[in-house]
Amino acid sequence: MWNYSEKVQEHFFNPRNSGVLDDANGVGEVGSISCGDALKLFLKIDPANDTITEARFQTFGCGSAIASSSALTEIIIGKTIDQALSVTNQDIADYLDGLPPEKMHCSVMGAEALRAAIANYRGEVWTDDDHEEGALICKCFGVDAGMIERAVRVNKLNSIEQITNYTKAGGACKTCHEKIEEVLGQVLTAMAAEGAIDTIPAPSCPVAPSAPVHKPMTNLQKIQLITTAIEELRPTLQRDGGDIELVDIDGDTVMVNLRGSCVGCQMSSITLSGVQERLMMVLGKPVRVIPAQAA
Amino acid sequence: MRPVYLDNNATTRVDPQVVAAMLPFFTEHFGNASSMHAFGAAVGGALKTARQQVQSLLGAEFDHEIIFTSGGTESDNTALLSALETQAGRDEIITTSVEHPAILSLCDHLEKSRGVKIHRIGVDSRGCLDIEAYRKALSSRTAIASVMWANNETGTVFPVETLAELAHEAGALFHTDAVQAVGKIPMTLAKTEIDMLSLSGHKLHAPKGIGALYVRRGVRLRPFVRGGHQERGRRAGTENIPAVVGLGKAAELAALSMNDEQTRVKALRDRLEAGILASVGNCMVTGDVDNRLPNTSNIAFECIEGEAILLLLNKEGIAASSGSACTSGSLEPSHVLRAMNIPYTAAHGAIRFSFSRENTEQDVEQVLAAVPGIIANLRAMSPFWQGDGQASADFNPTYA
Repeated sequence: MWNYSEKVQEHFFNPRNSGVLDDANGVGEVGSISCGDALKLFLKIDPANDTITEARFQTFGCGSAIASSSALTEIIIGKTIDQALSVTNQDIADYLDGLPPEKMHCSVMGAEALRAAIANYRGEVWTDDDHEEGALICKCFGVDAGMIERAVRVNKLNSIEQITNYTKAGGACKTCHEKIEEVLGQVLTAMAAEGAIDTIPAPSCPVAPSAPVHKPMTNLQKIQLITTAIEELRPTLQRDGGDIELVDIDGDTVMVNLRGSCVGCQMSSITLSGVQERLMMVLGKPVRVIPAQAA
Repeated sequence: MRPVYLDNNATTRVDPQVVAAMLPFFTEHFGNASSMHAFGAAVGGALKTARQQVQSLLGAEFDHEIIFTSGGTESDNTALLSALETQAGRDEIITTSVEHPAILSLCDHLEKSRGVKIHRIGVDSRGCLDIEAYRKALSSRTAIASVMWANNETGTVFPVETLAELAHEAGALFHTDAVQAVGKIPMTLAKTEIDMLSLSGHKLHAPKGIGALYVRRGVRLRPFVRGGHQERGRRAGTENIPAVVGLGKAAELAALSMNDEQTRVKALRDRLEAGILASVGNCMVTGDVDNRLPNTSNIAFECIEGEAILLLLNKEGIAASSGSACTSGSLEPSHVLRAMNIPYTAAHGAIRFSFSRENTEQDVEQVLAAVPGIIANLRAMSPFWQGDGQASADFNPTYA
């Protein structure tokens, strides 16, 4: 059972403004029946002052999708379209006292439908229907780079897992994970340059090892990879007054000595497991890292 | 709100008679069955009785063919891993694309970590196994074939007795995950060629955390859990006596209610299904309708989503389950519905109602009173709903 807030439940059981708006002059459709959720948003906008006077929705989807649609209509009625365009998916989630992380894509669907409906009112072409420029990243759920970028910017996302929660991209066949990572890297770099974030965060979701799992590796190659990886780790440890030294390699066991302030440090076992993780990533197979004294 | 529990394929209520049978084994007969004193002896007798009760339900030839485990998942893991070790020179496994994760996740893992070749046999749109593909996959490399007796989502029953014979012709072992079938379908394992069978207590009114693995006499077994000599050295660890006693009692009760399950419970299921089909348009029963568990009905409603249906049913006190994406936290419909090529539109709105002997006619009436309104409500909100009889034209049953 999902841990839905009272507000989500209330908006699901008593949705506001559901149904068709016959004299709508801005209609936005996002999602599809094959993807498992879809939202059609109808807006009636007063051309005199560009104010949204009425909003209705039709939604195919789960409880939080319907609640997000309901919340969206309540948020935007009475706003000018410029004001409405500043509404983000986070505003929808906040209005509902939060959504479970795996359900954030429901709020993103609302924000996307809003943009689509306003674009329709303005006579613009909404990019959701037009992926011709090769911008389509996730084919399973039809998510393009623009949608991923908006979700990353608004919600300060930094992992593929989060992007999947917010946009569904990469949630099925997973073959687009590399492309998502590329987009994520570009957006984060841009955001850091703009000063929107301090530094580019390290990915919180481990990425698949780049080395193919079954590729046979000679002992020499293995030793070289391990040596290089350890060398690359040294500056990080040295910054904290510590150091690491490769002592021996026996099969899949790598023996190391921790030096400097690492000696006796209570965090040394965590350091070792970090080293182990790094080596497994480089080698693409399991290895064990142990202190040389224990061997 | 009067609660109606129709999710018995997920788990069942522990029968009060089962609880009563278990209670003395917490505070009174608390001994260790292995101990050389009276406390242990009392428990040893109960262990033997429980084993015979399970033997009887399965129609097994010997009581020592029953090994108590922690549940269906452990039994499944034991069977497959043992076969890989005992079947010299054989390193392939045959299974189906609609098995429980207890089998499929293990197979994925064995494939990745040990390079074991896994053949996942597909099903048709009714969920029936592609027997020809199964036959072709069997070879001198096959260590074991593992096919569920009945599918948990649709209730579709597989011809395991025939499949076991085919496996033996190729010299392979045959295992069946019978977690959903035991207690609902009469079985006489002694007359079949099935080598191993997994069952789970909590699906038949026994507690969670107890199950059994049937291993035909003469079939070699490598223990999965190693340690003491319990279960004749085939499953180490001090026996969970209260739960074992509970499973034994539940097996006895299941045997007694088998007829009820096949007649009255089946009639309740059929009535619910007919009632829904008559009052709600654009829905379909999934699975092999003429050949499924008597207690299971899986109905896919077009143009609406399963989680929303479940939340509204829950508000009416009705507990069911769904193979839709949103209920599981995954983004795709269940692997079973995908394997069956159920159109996306309907797959997202698939609801499983699963009965037990504890359900009544009043339960069915309550569900029939609630369902049409819930479906109409959600469809009125769905951008894809065009009115009864029209939506199907929009369906695009092309599954990736």
